[in-house]
Amino acid sequence: MWASGREDRAMSAPGFTNLNSSSSSSQDSTPNGGAAPLYQNGPAQTYPYMHTPSGYYGAPPQQQSYPTIPAHSTPAPNKAPIMNRSHSANYYQNNQQHPLPQHHVASSAYSAPPSSAPPSQPYTTLHYSAPPPSNAQFNQQSFQQQNPPYATPGSYCGQQSYHTPPAQHSQQQQQQPSLVPAPAGGPGAPLYPIVSYPSAPRSSHYGTLSSYQSASTLGVLPTQTGAPLHQYSTPRSASTQPGHSVAPSSQPTVNGSTAAQAIVPRHYDQSHQASLSYDSYSGASHSSGGADADRPPSGTPSASVHSSPGHHQEFEKGACHLTFIVCYLFPPHPPPPPPPPDGYVANSGASSGSVTASGPAAAPSSSSSDDDDDEEEDEEAGGDTSSSTTGSASPVLNSFDSLEGGSFPDSLPPSSDMTNQAQPYSSYSYPSMQPAYQQRPSSHTESSPSHNQYGQPGYQQYSQPFPSLSQLSAALGGLSGVPELEVEALRPVNLLQERNLLPPRPLEAPEPNLSPDLKKVNCSPQTFRCTLSSIPQTQALLNKARLPLGLLLHPFRDLQQLPVITSNTIVRCRSCRTYINPFITFLDQRRWKCNLCYRVNDVPDEFMYNPVTRSYGEPHKRPEVQNATVEFIASSDYMLRPPQPAVYLFVLDVSHNAVEAGYLKFFCESLLENLDKLPGDTRTRVGFLTFDNTIHFYNLQEGLSQPQMLVVSDIDDVFIPSHDSLMVNLKESKELVQDLLTSLPTMFSQNRETHSALGPALQAAFKLMSPTGGRVTVFQTQLPSLGAGMLQSREDPNQRSSTKGVQHLGPATDFYKKLALDCSGQQIGVDLFLLSSQYADLASLACISKYSAGSIFYYPSFHYIHNPAQLEKFQKDLERYLTRKIGFEAVMRIRCTKGLSIHTFHGNFFVRSTDLLSLANVNPDSAFAVQMSIEDSLADTSLACFQAALLYTSSKGKRRIRVHTLCLPVVNQLSDVYAGADVQAITCLLANMAIDRSISSSLSDARDALVNAVVDLVTAYKSSVSNLQQSGLVVPAALRLFPLYILALLKQKALRTGTSTRLDERVFAMCEFKTQPLQQLMRIVHPDLYRLDNMSEQGALHLNNTVVPQPPLLHLSAERLSRDGAFLMDCGDAFYLWIGKCCNEMFIRDVLGCPSYASVPPNMSHIPELETPLSERVRAFFDWLQDNRAFSSTIHVVKDDASAKATFFQNLVEDRSESASSYSEFLQHVQLQVSK
Amino acid sequence: MEAAVFILALVDCCALIFLSVYFIITLSDLECDYINARACCSKLNKWVIPEMVGQCLSTMLMLVSMHWFIFLLNLPVAAWNFYRHIKVPMGNTGVFDPTEIHNRGQLKSHMKEAMIKLGYHLLCFFIYLYSMILALIND
Repeated sequence: MWASGREDRAMSAPGFTNLNSSSSSSQDSTPNGGAAPLYQNGPAQTYPYMHTPSGYYGAPPQQQSYPTIPAHSTPAPNKAPIMNRSHSANYYQNNQQHPLPQHHVASSAYSAPPSSAPPSQPYTTLHYSAPPPSNAQFNQQSFQQQNPPYATPGSYCGQQSYHTPPAQHSQQQQQQPSLVPAPAGGPGAPLYPIVSYPSAPRSSHYGTLSSYQSASTLGVLPTQTGAPLHQYSTPRSASTQPGHSVAPSSQPTVNGSTAAQAIVPRHYDQSHQASLSYDSYSGASHSSGGADADRPPSGTPSASVHSSPGHHQEFEKGACHLTFIVCYLFPPHPPPPPPPPDGYVANSGASSGSVTASGPAAAPSSSSSDDDDDEEEDEEAGGDTSSSTTGSASPVLNSFDSLEGGSFPDSLPPSSDMTNQAQPYSSYSYPSMQPAYQQRPSSHTESSPSHNQYGQPGYQQYSQPFPSLSQLSAALGGLSGVPELEVEALRPVNLLQERNLLPPRPLEAPEPNLSPDLKKVNCSPQTFRCTLSSIPQTQALLNKARLPLGLLLHPFRDLQQLPVITSNTIVRCRSCRTYINPFITFLDQRRWKCNLCYRVNDVPDEFMYNPVTRSYGEPHKRPEVQNATVEFIASSDYMLRPPQPAVYLFVLDVSHNAVEAGYLKFFCESLLENLDKLPGDTRTRVGFLTFDNTIHFYNLQEGLSQPQMLVVSDIDDVFIPSHDSLMVNLKESKELVQDLLTSLPTMFSQNRETHSALGPALQAAFKLMSPTGGRVTVFQTQLPSLGAGMLQSREDPNQRSSTKGVQHLGPATDFYKKLALDCSGQQIGVDLFLLSSQYADLASLACISKYSAGSIFYYPSFHYIHNPAQLEKFQKDLERYLTRKIGFEAVMRIRCTKGLSIHTFHGNFFVRSTDLLSLANVNPDSAFAVQMSIEDSLADTSLACFQAALLYTSSKGKRRIRVHTLCLPVVNQLSDVYAGADVQAITCLLANMAIDRSISSSLSDARDALVNAVVDLVTAYKSSVSNLQQSGLVVPAALRLFPLYILALLKQKALRTGTSTRLDERVFAMCEFKTQPLQQLMRIVHPDLYRLDNMSEQGALHLNNTVVPQPPLLHLSAERLSRDGAFLMDCGDAFYLWIGKCCNEMFIRDVLGCPSYASVPPNMSHIPELETPLSERVRAFFDWLQDNRAFSSTIHVVKDDASAKATFFQNLVEDRSESASSYSEFLQHVQLQVSK
Repeated sequence: MEAAVFILALVDCCALIFLSVYFIITLSDLECDYINARACCSKLNKWVIPEMVGQCLSTMLMLVSMHWFIFLLNLPVAAWNFYRHIKVPMGNTGVFDPTEIHNRGQLKSHMKEAMIKLGYHLLCFFIYLYSMILALIND
């Protein structure tokens, strides 16, 4: 691969190799070897050096690539990727070679300047210097960025995220450099070198970033320079350099190690020194040094491994997982020395089990499912390069381990940050990490000789990866504290007696009971969540538990960090086509065993080369094996056609009704504003189509003086008046588009036509889009009344509050479904905005989006004057909608361990085959759920894995595969199943099932089923697990909120009866249930209630100089409210700030800016920006809440006496409402059912 | 006369057997991912009504020729076919709906149904054959 890269660049081969690693110029190579000392002196020195001579170093990756490959970049994406790869590879190496460095990198991503550096410049040294700064900054800034990246390695991602505000995440990919034209991706594949961390597409980012970086962080650069040295010196001796240039696979020998080593140590030292210069960071650098130092004593054998739990972590991805775990368990305090409690045994067992699992699981299933239509085999036979650096490594490792182990306990920092939410990977770990590092003796740096380490540790690991892991887990067992958690989760709770069930902070996903090492790499619960974090061994056990088994996925959500891999060969299981992932086992150097089907596969040659460490024979250090979430740049094998450009068609209702509602003006304004932010590249195309009783096309061809409207009045047989001028290149016709958008609102302001020919308009849109595929955005304001797909009003307003079940929840015609399937087949996604004040039969219309993987937005009673709240929501949603990331022509496949199977899917998509979802468009805000069943006993395995692979075309025309892998333990005890139950996930899955049931059967059936779910659970628990003779409703603590959530579900618009609910709103609520990600859905179902007027600093988060108070959650009951308080209810899509009648005057004055309660306006919908500390705190809290969701929520200030308070009180689900029981009544009902 | 009835029934039964086999093959193609759900369902939906007609035909034949036992044997299946066709929700494309066939084990139940029908038609086939031969001999 390298060779090919060289050719492209037309560089001299020898020089090139060097280039790849650190810089492109041949000069570098020499300096690296000899120059190392120079670097040592100071970062500044090295820095200039690097920049000027080669240009590569200092310059961001882009630059590098540019000079070398001018021709390449523009024409073919291939080249771009190449460049990237080299960079990325380097960067990668940095990360992975030194576990520590990785961390640093990641952290650096947080801190602004450093972050930029890491991605752009692969150079290993970066880690050293970079990490420390990052850490420091991290504390302050990490939270700002909202979500801590969980994948440490993807520094480049970090960069992006860092640069772009969270809201703009969607654009990350979009911003990919123009350099990479979409089509090239396929052909380029062969050319590409191995793994490039930074994806080619983002090269542009790099470039920009790098520029920043270079300027800002001089120190980093020098370290970087050092890094390259490491790289090539370590894995391959200096002599081998040429070999590098060749192909990784071909590279025969690791022989050079000794010589290389000698050189390497120096580098390390240097780097260390550089890092030392930063006072704060010195600790980190030391640690890295320490690793090096360890080597000399390397003689220590495996025993040491045992002793040092930390070693793995450090080695592989750095300390993060260690800290990570710790954080979870004991956020505030440093962990106590690990006294393994009884529970511990379980842990170790699990971990060991996991280890062994792969072994026994054995029989490779020969059943080959030939793969996805789109995904075809990469033909790779790993040729065996016999060369393996087998030798000396092990000793080094051990010593290292021992060191780390010693330091470990200290490492835990009491960081306030840790208390924060979810993502364990990200922020938490970092802060904690550092301290640990720091503690290490600086002396380590001195012992330089062991470059080998990197390679060596790898050996050990794969030779015996699991044992060491298990040992680790054992050592850490005490720390991990899982047993305690489990005990707590199993504590029987008598619901009739315990009333305060809510945790003070929003509930977190339960931690699967895995070995720390697996936990560290496991997929983020925000992306991938299972209802049972311990998978029951058999279907019988599952049935006994009476809980649904299923997954909740949010595969395309905006990520802060994401390792992107460009590789010739995407390594996959030959039989089940699973992508290689962190949970596979390496049997030896050349073979790995699939964790889903247990087939033994060859490791392709290319995979043997680890670009991070620049070493050969360390497949377990590859990013694919280090991250549960990775993204591959796919080759042409994964394309059925050249990647499509981003194509957007807007279909606008301009009938009289629409004009009355007045949405058109705001839509046009919003689109005008965001025209440049539409995801896409130079090929982006847009088109417009309006309709009333006729269909209007707009000719926007470049060169016209103004947009030309073409009216087609034959709606029975729609034809396209002109084929190439209706969908136009946005860049070329931008002025015309702007013209059109400014004139559209006035053009139809006098329209008196009341009919709506939506069906024919959609047919026209389909015809217009079918050559390319893309996204159709439909705005509709009334019931379609003309042409195909016309609908009748089916709602009987008198039945709105009927308790007898609700009719017409399903579609009235199959027209929309068929059209949606046609669209899906042509890769067209249809998004529906329904802004209607009348019944518009959403149940039928929604089909158009449901089966084409679109999204649905509904604004009941939308009117631009009369309903400002809806207008504001519409505008905000629209902005997010237009600018969010988008993936085209996507398919997603969900694979799971043999024995498990998927039997039902929930969400918006078309299920094309048993496990393949066809998604014409994929957006970052939609989630999916699947129900699973256990077909064969899982007794021969102790781990169950799930892999979701999303193959899509980015808006930049890159074919990409995003792979998430989740690993969970398999248990055979009912109590373990209960201990691992994830009550939120269960609730969401049940909600999805209930929606299905209510459509296919009836609403009352669905409601009964939900109540029965609670009854069954209580019965099952009573009869099987709890041996207490307690009377009352006893459930395990892990599920103590289950009845409450079910009750809340029953009171949702989607499922409630007896309360007047318009059919469209009900149907929309159902659609939301199917597509909202879990966190959002839980906020809708069970809103978070906080008291705001007496927020204290206790437990507050400190983010970037702002203090975010963390008031405790309150139960949703009126008894928790008081007249002298102010309460905030977070309903997911809206905030309600309820002001009590006797509310503290100070609060009203300082926060709302009104002199008294009486003067608070009735329809207040914002919080004024006042300079008072209270106001700042409240706003900080609001912002913090807001940052955790994709669509911004509107704020409603509700006075106690206002009519609006009805909505507020409706959400107090624990109270009795006009037609539904209160929580205690519900419990009594359940108890009655149980005792029957 | 009797022989003619059974010959007709035999032919009808053969057609139904072929149809069942076709259903099974198509469904298993879908199961193995050789065709996609859309193609599969549109193929199968085309034959739902012919199948219903064929089944009704043999039922009516038996009724008209007053073979009560065979008529009662046929009746439930004909009724089931009819019921299944009636119960299709308005929004679905037919008995086989591509958007739902992979959900809730529908594919499996369709498969099971096709298998059972195949068995049933085979049984009928031999009954008809036997009756036909008997009728021919009696003639």
